[in-house]
Amino acid sequence: MRKMLGGAVPRPGKVKLDIAPLVDNGNAVPLTVSVDSPMTAQDYVKAIHVFTEKNPQPNVLSVRFTPRAGRASVSTRMRLADSQTVQAIAELSDGSLWSGSAEVVVTVSACLEDGTEARGPI
Amino acid sequence: MSRRAIVTVPKQAKRGEVIEIKTLAQHAMETGFRRTQLGETIPRDIIRTFVCTYNGAEVFRMELHPAIAANPLIAFSLLASESGTLEFRWSGDNGYAVTETAQITVV
Amino acid sequence: MRFSALLLLLVTGFVSAEIPLAERRSGYEFMSRETRAMQDDDAANPGMFWVLDGEALFRRRESSSGSACMHCHSDLKGVAARYPARDVKSGRLMNLEQRINACRIERMNAKAFAYESRELLSLTVFIAKQSRGVPIEVQKSNAGEALYRQRQGQLNLSCAQCHDERWDRKLAGTPIAQGHPSGYPVYRLEWQGLGSLQRRLRNCLSGMRAESYPYGAPELVELEQYLMWRARGMKVESPGVRP
Repeated sequence: MRKMLGGAVPRPGKVKLDIAPLVDNGNAVPLTVSVDSPMTAQDYVKAIHVFTEKNPQPNVLSVRFTPRAGRASVSTRMRLADSQTVQAIAELSDGSLWSGSAEVVVTVSACLEDGTEARGPI
Repeated sequence: MSRRAIVTVPKQAKRGEVIEIKTLAQHAMETGFRRTQLGETIPRDIIRTFVCTYNGAEVFRMELHPAIAANPLIAFSLLASESGTLEFRWSGDNGYAVTETAQITVV
Repeated sequence: MRFSALLLLLVTGFVSAEIPLAERRSGYEFMSRETRAMQDDDAANPGMFWVLDGEALFRRRESSSGSACMHCHSDLKGVAARYPARDVKSGRLMNLEQRINACRIERMNAKAFAYESRELLSLTVFIAKQSRGVPIEVQKSNAGEALYRQRQGQLNLSCAQCHDERWDRKLAGTPIAQGHPSGYPVYRLEWQGLGSLQRRLRNCLSGMRAESYPYGAPELVELEQYLMWRARGMKVESPGVRP
């Protein structure tokens, strides 16, 4: 993450993560990341990067916007290996960096199939 | 079996309107971190890149990592500026490449 | 206090009451808002990939006979809401998957698809989706009910103990649903794919540490029919999404 930002430290703010605080299953967690921006040629969001704290690999996604996106927002579904903090960093056209984060608790449904079928319901 | 993609784009929009685009690609997004019951690592096989072009110009791009869920949903916005073609391109490991197009009329 | 709890457990353990019809709730209602939204929007429901594959298979000519499903069938609305059903000719109880395979063998001179294969799931969900919103209406299976109420496995549990008597209580942090099969085949987030009701039942049985039945076993089909009868009047949701 630091490598990607070239040592710059993002300021908290502007970035909004819309993600349920409690999710049914970590295999597909709906996520919307957005930044309030006019998205004009002079003032727009160039990129948003999303990271996790406890997944085997921190990167989740990177998006590159152009002013023609009209709105700096993306929605997807992500995997969460465990309850943890999800962090997003936005790069604006003026070179400033902003960050936001959200805490998520993952409950996993009972009677898991993966691993071994002999696993109990609890 | 197949490599399908489903894209949802409004057929018509007003000039200057911000429209919602929704895409779904059929892909297991195998993380490379899972093992078989015999303990062998299942190799990574994911979509790496998604690009949307509007009449040939790139307007949106996303890099995907193994933390993106199977059958990736990518939804984003576009500013409706002119009638024409939207092209959606997914590419990834093991030569995965899928292209979908949609027409939009801007009035 | 402890004594009365024990007494309650004993009483409910012996008297296994059915859920009153008006109190029945689809698994959909136990899910988070986000997972419900995933089922509600075809543009976001990955189960639609199997529906599209199923449609292509429905139109595909079998090389053995040159025939396709579409040559005999067009509108299959309501069909999935009536399975499992007894085959008039053989007297055998069949679920929708078995009906599709029987049709392939007897009428199309084609081979049966393997249970839980991509092909069989796709055709099944393509047909099931056409019954979306149609109320379930099947015969009751007494053999299936016996299996549903029978204690089994190393944990000595019955299906009824969780799904009739303890629904909405928590198990490993998630609410226990009533176990209605209205959304099958479902896209299950846990599976990261589409699966049949029998796959789910086999999961449940292994979770109870009970001996499971092989895919297509008559016991599982009877249980499926009992579960569908138990959900009579509830609407088909296929392809459902479940956590």
